[in-house]
Amino acid sequence: MNVKQEQGSGQKTLAGSFVKAFKSFSMSLPLLLGVVLLLGLFRVFVTNAMISAVFTGAVVRDTVIGAVIGSVSAGSAIISYIIGGELLTANVSLFAVAAFIVAWVTVGVVQFPAEAAILGRRFAITRNILSFIFAIAVAIVTVATVEVLT
Amino acid sequence: MNELGISREQGAVEEVTGKAGGGTQKRKKELSHGLYFLGFVLILYLALYLLEPTSTQKALRASGEVLVTIAPILVVIIGFMGILNYFFTPKTIAKYAGQGSGAKGWILAVTTGILSHGPIYIWYPLLRELREQGMRSGLVAAFLYNRAIKLPHLPLMVYYFGTLFVVVLLVYMVLVSVIVGKLLELIEG
Repeated sequence: MNVKQEQGSGQKTLAGSFVKAFKSFSMSLPLLLGVVLLLGLFRVFVTNAMISAVFTGAVVRDTVIGAVIGSVSAGSAIISYIIGGELLTANVSLFAVAAFIVAWVTVGVVQFPAEAAILGRRFAITRNILSFIFAIAVAIVTVATVEVLT
Repeated sequence: MNELGISREQGAVEEVTGKAGGGTQKRKKELSHGLYFLGFVLILYLALYLLEPTSTQKALRASGEVLVTIAPILVVIIGFMGILNYFFTPKTIAKYAGQGSGAKGWILAVTTGILSHGPIYIWYPLLRELREQGMRSGLVAAFLYNRAIKLPHLPLMVYYFGTLFVVVLLVYMVLVSVIVGKLLELIEG
């Protein structure tokens, strides 16, 4: 099967569909490669100690800081749990830690250029802003619910 | 025929011949943005290499490790996209994930978001294809939000934060994913 045949017959073939999928995906590759390279920089240049140092001890302020730090951080969610665990032992409030781990996975500043270019700038901006606001809201209601239940 | 009166075969020909136009233009724009972005990151690496050569080499190695990890998932996603192109028409996508999909669509977005693997950004091209074929933006947002819930990670999460915290958090996150999706659709109009 080739493209000419597809044009001639007007029918899709499985091979043609996979070629189209590969071509479509390859258009996104430079963006994805850029994000992966940024992740590498983040892993090496932003240490756990740097993240811990920005929390102040004030619950409300720390919750917002947690969401901000989570938003600009990137990598596997597992890393956010480990850092979150360390933050808890350093007496950072559970509100801040919850906002941090929720924002880590739902808001993507590092991935934003790829999201905006592939899914649309308006979609990416709206989704990330909503996710940031709700990271704080989810943190507050989760900790409040846990406190009520215990 | 779909709701626009375009048959699957016509659609396929337009996609291949480029008559559809908009999609091709978007892809070209995306490629151009991607190349600029990649160029910027490479310049950043070069600048950092001049200041911190050892750390920059470590960062490059870390990126290589990420690439090796995600490579098999990329292959799976390209496979999904191929299957999607072949078996699903815009009408089918619209039925399960379009405007009229209702609760079924939300449940599908939440479930597939939870079950999907790999980093969030490698799913963007597949989601773009689905959206171009009629998937609601709200469902795309709900899918992306639920990427936060990863079943294999739960034991570690429970270890650090306790079972009750994790259960409560996950319930709220699923609910909020739908709220974020609905709000996004309201804002986008």
